Amino acid sequence: MKTNTFSQLSASVMANAIYAMKNFPVMLINTILAPFGLLIIIFFVSHGTLLNVGILGGFILVMVNNGISIQGDLTHLKNDMKLQDMLVSSPVSPTIYVAGIALSELVFSIPDLIVLSILAVIFIHISAIAALTVAAVMLLTFMFSIALGFFISTISRDVIEGWAFMGLISMVLSTLPPVYYPVTYIPLPFRYLAYISPTTFSAIIAQGSIGFVKFSSSFILLSWAVLIIVSIALIVFAIKRSRWREE
Amino acid sequence: MVRLIVRNLSKNYKDKKDKRSLALKNVSLDLDINGIFTLIGRNGAGKTTFIRIVSTELLPTKGKVYLDGVDVVKNPKEIRNRIAVIPQEAELIPWMTARENIYSYLLWRGLSFKEAKERTIAVISRFKLEKYADKLPRKLSGGTKRKVLVALVISSDAKIIFLDEPTTGLDPISRKELWDVLNELKKEHLVILTTHYLEEAEELSDYIIVLNKGKLVKAGTINDIRNAIGYPYAIKIFNGLNKNIKLKGKIVKKNDGTFQVFSDEITANNLAKKLIKEKVKFSINPTSLEDIFYMLVGDINKGEENEN
Repeated sequence: MKTNTFSQLSASVMANAIYAMKNFPVMLINTILAPFGLLIIIFFVSHGTLLNVGILGGFILVMVNNGISIQGDLTHLKNDMKLQDMLVSSPVSPTIYVAGIALSELVFSIPDLIVLSILAVIFIHISAIAALTVAAVMLLTFMFSIALGFFISTISRDVIEGWAFMGLISMVLSTLPPVYYPVTYIPLPFRYLAYISPTTFSAIIAQGSIGFVKFSSSFILLSWAVLIIVSIALIVFAIKRSRWREE
Repeated sequence: MVRLIVRNLSKNYKDKKDKRSLALKNVSLDLDINGIFTLIGRNGAGKTTFIRIVSTELLPTKGKVYLDGVDVVKNPKEIRNRIAVIPQEAELIPWMTARENIYSYLLWRGLSFKEAKERTIAVISRFKLEKYADKLPRKLSGGTKRKVLVALVISSDAKIIFLDEPTTGLDPISRKELWDVLNELKKEHLVILTTHYLEEAEELSDYIIVLNKGKLVKAGTINDIRNAIGYPYAIKIFNGLNKNIKLKGKIVKKNDGTFQVFSDEITANNLAKKLIKEKVKFSINPTSLEDIFYMLVGDINKGEENEN
């Protein structure tokens, strides 16, 4: 029998996103609202001056949050449903399965991205080059978040452990980094702590692209380099470390 | 017929402190099997490990396994479109209906959307699951959930189905219903099953292997095993046993005061004649799998053996 790769990818997307949203619409509401809470606070605290940076931060955080969600989803499917065991003994490959689940996390991001895009068009007046830059940053951010989430899912043996990891990653990737405001707002030497998180570099590039903060071109280049290296390293690490057939 | 060849299969698990525990030790088999092939054994006997290795989920520490002509250790991809597995403790995905679970599984196996949809409808009809098909798993009974899981693997192209303790936790009626499904299933598929329930293994199996502490104890049809242990018949003596009756074979005194005598055919025949003559109430049956199991794996019975 010929194996249809598109069907296999779609299965992960449907199982992990479409059916979940269809049968439990409250998940959709929760997902949509998640990035807007902080955006609203930033808007009021800054008297509207940080709205455009906040919207960009929203784009980045949607990518981070939905990317690292893969960890909880894969752990749940593997440990509680034994889905991975069922699929190992089937024609689907681990790459297709995980790529499908990663796509499903992107599908979850779509409602947020639509709302944020509307806000961006209204409030940021972004140029085509800046839009492309932000899109590239979002893609890289999603990739390293997915890789990190996937890696954690392969080492967490149960959901409780997974939750603990998730809390830590969420803090490092989405709570601590200056995503909704410029990194320059953090006084030295605390600013150095922000550089621990690759999300900080995503924000720096995005904020620089709309000209809100002027960073030197070498600093922007360095930020790109950090993002690309971290993404590649995490993806390679996740692929090498992941276990499909157990040993 | 599917050929299963297992050569010197061993599996050691390592824990965090690098302490090794042996799950399988030099298991070897060479069988042509069809119908239902059942692995029985106590907890930790190696049943799940065996099934996980043969179904390509787990790598052995040592040994070779050929299933349907494929070396499953070296070339797992070659066999994976011919097999389907329901692991121990497998669950339906809770946010998807029974129909969506089946449909998604078929898509994961690489069927086209059209074919997956057609097969989902067909298997729902075959298993009479129409009224449950659009319900979420939390609204289904344990038995129906298992039925859906079995339906899900059957709807694939797999000709070899692995079911690891599929009836554990089910009530007796649900279990019987699942037996009917499995008996239907074995007409078209080879089913490799593990179970703790010996009456289930006896009822369903065409072929049985008994594992104990990672070692193969016996393999064959139930009659092969009965004959191999030398006690194919079990005579239960209810009352009136007197000194004129000398018992031969393996004798077990039960707590309720009855005796059970395990023997070969000739001895059983002679004893039955004597018991009739002495008007002793008794029953004679082929030795049950449960008794065989206790002889092989348990404390080799609490009875005394009298071969005189």
